[in-house]
Amino acid sequence: MCLAVPGKIVEVRDERGTRMATVDFDGIRKDICLAYLPDLAVGEYVIVHVGFAIARVDEASALETLALFRDLGILEEELGAGTP
Amino acid sequence: MKYLDEFRDPALARRLLAEIERITTGRWAIMEVCGGQTHSIIRNGIDQLLPPGIELIHGPGCPVCVTPLGMIDKALAIAARPEVIFCSFGDMLRVPGSAVDLFTVKANGGDVRVVYSPLDALALAEQHPDRQVVFFAIGFETTAPANAMAVHLAHERGVANFSVLVSHVLVPPAIEAIVTSPVNRVNGFLAAGHVCSVMGTWQYDPLVSRHRLPIVVTGFEPLDVLDGIRRVVAQLEEGRAEVENAYPRVVTAEGNPAAQAMVADVFEVCDRRWRGIGPIPASGWRLAARYRHLDAEARFDVADVDAPESPHCRSGEVLQGLIKPHECASFGTRCTPRTPLGATMVSGEGACAAYYQYRRLDGTPVGVGSGS
Ligand code: SF4
Repeated sequence: MCLAVPGKIVEVRDERGTRMATVDFDGIRKDICLAYLPDLAVGEYVIVHVGFAIARVDEASALETLALFRDLGILEEELGAGTP
Repeated sequence: MKYLDEFRDPALARRLLAEIERITTGRWAIMEVCGGQTHSIIRNGIDQLLPPGIELIHGPGCPVCVTPLGMIDKALAIAARPEVIFCSFGDMLRVPGSAVDLFTVKANGGDVRVVYSPLDALALAEQHPDRQVVFFAIGFETTAPANAMAVHLAHERGVANFSVLVSHVLVPPAIEAIVTSPVNRVNGFLAAGHVCSVMGTWQYDPLVSRHRLPIVVTGFEPLDVLDGIRRVVAQLEEGRAEVENAYPRVVTAEGNPAAQAMVADVFEVCDRRWRGIGPIPASGWRLAARYRHLDAEARFDVADVDAPESPHCRSGEVLQGLIKPHECASFGTRCTPRTPLGATMVSGEGACAAYYQYRRLDGTPVGVGSGS
């Protein structure tokens, strides 16, 4: 039950004073409470847990991490070639 | 889905594995605290791809698994009452109490319902003013903001027929208990990314300075887990002990302040017993005084219900990393996901269930030749 998954915000609205959104999880849409991240906008990715958005997914940071993985070991491969 | 597939790329996984192999010289035991990570590790066979010097120990980070037997019995007693609609997250239904489980109560006519969000339980209470609606509020810091919001809204809207059975647990005191145990073998921790997305990484600083152990905040996809392991090993090999954030696309140092504020308003810290582990001081949350009129334990007079745990289930040793699930004599024989003896066999995030689903009795992966 602790699994939390990323989804994309497709609609934002107010319901009885609480900020709510429709979030798309790879084709499955759910009503999600935005009370803890009220400034989230349509198009952003969020981590959702038991019906609540708990964190935004930062695109720049995701790309940075992936770039770091791609560069891993490259320096060693270059320097390592030729050393005994 | 964006940010899922990218973090499952096999070519990048090989890069991370090669890097881990390159930097590993010592023998290190690393605990992944969170059951979601255990599931990812076993499903992807990550533990078997690592260099032989690195052992992964599966920690107690599954709220279903650590909810004590006495609390399940309280839930069963409340759920059996005719005036009650008992609402729970789905994976609590098959957790065995000392006699039956919630499924059995439901089969015998109890009104037990699975909800996706605690707000669904609150909505049920508003739709059925003639019934008592009780929500089983379990979970770690990740779930607490959602549960706190349901309590807060019930209080604000004056929903008198709503109450909560609270069994919240906290990660840092559990790490503290593991580290200070006389049988501890853990050298470093992968901390649960989604707990930290709510609470921030700052709460681990005192643990690291007290015990000089690396704690790396880690995500859940295979590349996230491998990167967490790589960073823990790097710290151990270099003699460093720091809090490191390997999940920066989701986790910040301060966490989610609005969620923290709501949790601090609705709950207060209390001692809790963990199934299989025993009491851990200041390791849980209960309702704060101003919300106590919504406490189901008092409303239905079950505060004194208690039960001793089965002597045949070794889940306590599994949860502390002292044995692997397949080393329990009941694993896969008397104890399966259909007939669980302990909660670690019930939840998909429990170590016993993860091994049962993806491993043979001897611990080797399902679908991979055993050599015979
Ligand atoms: S296999 Fe079953 S009996 Fe053994 S520790 Fe796991 S849950 Fe308990």
